[in-house]
Amino acid sequence: MIVAGLTIDWQTLADGLGLGAIYALMAVGIGLVFGVLRLVNFAYGQLVMAGAFALALASQWGWPVWAGIALCFAVVLVLSALMDRLVFRPLRGHSPAVMLVATFAVAFLLQSIALLWFGSLGKIATSLAYLNRPWTISGVDIRKIAIVAVVVAIGCLVLLQLLLERTEIGLHMRAASMDFATSRMLGVRANRVISFAVLISGVLAAVVAVMLTVQTPLVTPDFALSDTIVVLAGVVVGGLNRPVPATLGGFLIGFATGVLGGALPTNQSQYLPTFVFVAVILVLLVRPRGLFDFSKTVERV
Amino acid sequence: MRRHPEELLGPVVLVVGAALLGTLVSISTQTYFTDTLVKVSIVVALYVFIGNSGVLSFGHISFVAVGAWTAGVLTVPPGEKPAIMPNLAHFLLHRHVGNVTSLALAALVGGVFAFVVGIPLMRLSGLAAGIATFAVLEITYNLLQYEERIGPGLNAFSSVPETTGLRQAAIGAVVCIVAAFVYARSRFGRLLRATREDDAAARAVGASVYRQRLVAFTLSGVLAGLAGGLYVHLLPLNVNSVHLDLTFLTLAMLVVGGSGSLFGAVVGTLAVSALDSWLSVAENGTSLFGWHIDLPSGTAEIVVGVVMAAVLILRPSGLTGGRELRLTRRFAWRGSASRAPA
Repeated sequence: MIVAGLTIDWQTLADGLGLGAIYALMAVGIGLVFGVLRLVNFAYGQLVMAGAFALALASQWGWPVWAGIALCFAVVLVLSALMDRLVFRPLRGHSPAVMLVATFAVAFLLQSIALLWFGSLGKIATSLAYLNRPWTISGVDIRKIAIVAVVVAIGCLVLLQLLLERTEIGLHMRAASMDFATSRMLGVRANRVISFAVLISGVLAAVVAVMLTVQTPLVTPDFALSDTIVVLAGVVVGGLNRPVPATLGGFLIGFATGVLGGALPTNQSQYLPTFVFVAVILVLLVRPRGLFDFSKTVERV
Repeated sequence: MRRHPEELLGPVVLVVGAALLGTLVSISTQTYFTDTLVKVSIVVALYVFIGNSGVLSFGHISFVAVGAWTAGVLTVPPGEKPAIMPNLAHFLLHRHVGNVTSLALAALVGGVFAFVVGIPLMRLSGLAAGIATFAVLEITYNLLQYEERIGPGLNAFSSVPETTGLRQAAIGAVVCIVAAFVYARSRFGRLLRATREDDAAARAVGASVYRQRLVAFTLSGVLAGLAGGLYVHLLPLNVNSVHLDLTFLTLAMLVVGGSGSLFGAVVGTLAVSALDSWLSVAENGTSLFGWHIDLPSGTAEIVVGVVMAAVLILRPSGLTGGRELRLTRRFAWRGSASRAPA
């Protein structure tokens, strides 16, 4: 298949879908916390990194796969809870810039701790490596992880949607992300809603950690850092205010990165970040409030 | 307009004091002082835009980077260029300029780059502006990494004459401070701060938010480019030394000091640098009051990260509260409001 001068085969397309699915989950994780706290969590990638190190350590110790995944979830959830208690809660209500720079500081801190603990060479997570092997479907090789990622992402998003639509805490979360002050007056418990959003976002980070370590088994202290930057761009491009546009933005940028990365000739693929970020700037210039934000509100004085 | 000479003198005295202190220590320790003074220039450049406009920018280190590349490429001795930069474009191969000219060109290129980037980007505000400037940083990083026609690519800028000593770094920092002060006092600076405090009211009195932001962005690009030139003359940079870590460190210095004031920018840089440098020295083993300290390497980053997060959480308007230095507090409410950038 040839699109706009690029040769795209099914393998590339599947990889793009897989990466898009993983980025969509990260986008949801970042978007949920933004919804209730108005805080862009730059340290989200370091949660994923911590989970990935847990998986790598588990496979180094020869633990079974389920135990490694359990350890990964435990580490990420404890870390998210700590982040909420020690950083997000005291920062609540501060200006977005201060909150963003503070999470920047947290990201830097966690990365330095990982560097001190594990060194810059990193560790290898091997327990799920078999997912990297291809499945042959009607003569086309497709890596299992691409399919697994898409299925897991769809599963997570459906569950999350049910949670938000059908449960009381979900209703509270939706109310809080629309208008925090009013929903508090109507009986929504701020701490509970925020802790819950952070918890869900942590679960998603752990899921992402498992899938990213399959794609990139070498876990270094800057694991998921560049992914987070790309996802943040995608989320803002989609529209950070509402969950569906944010998810779509994350998926879109992941898909574009995956497909371009596979389809560009080698002498151009090193400039992949340039292509992606030029596109980000162009979209932001045309639609500064997000690609999928069709509301027409102009600030009145 | 009430005159407050200490608003300019305070930061200048701090810089000169740091430079004089640097002459008293050993040569190896002196590098930390010089490095700090270069960072003062970078953070003051950040302040010119972020402090006055209230818009967050993650892209300024890319202006530092192009300044460093400009000054570096033009001052590597011509005989050594083919060895360090084998794929350098032909027109750069034989160009060679002196130290001062290279700094001026670094400032010029930084300013032109900021102006060109600012023309589209200054229409954005809030998170969109933050992400777009981040995109500029990533694009610059990516291009400098692989464009070997304009620099050393992934290699370090070795053989650049190390002309940035204490004196040159201090002069550079003072130049940046004076420029930032003059700008903040000018009609442009006042209009921009008006848009920061109340966008609608500033528009109502005829201020163009876009034009004022573009002016500040360009000026801060000039200063950042100059700082980049100073930096490459201090130590052999590579592309990773002008990327995320420096962006984080300088932004944190600005916010820790108090992003709303020039004084805050300088105080934040000196405070964070002092802590960071002392810990780096301690990593290599030092003794304090007869006590031998030998921290594991990497401790500096962790302690600095904790301190920064703590300052941001406990005192979000920074150490100075975003106020300029005033020796008389009677009219302190005039002028500098202490609002953190939105």
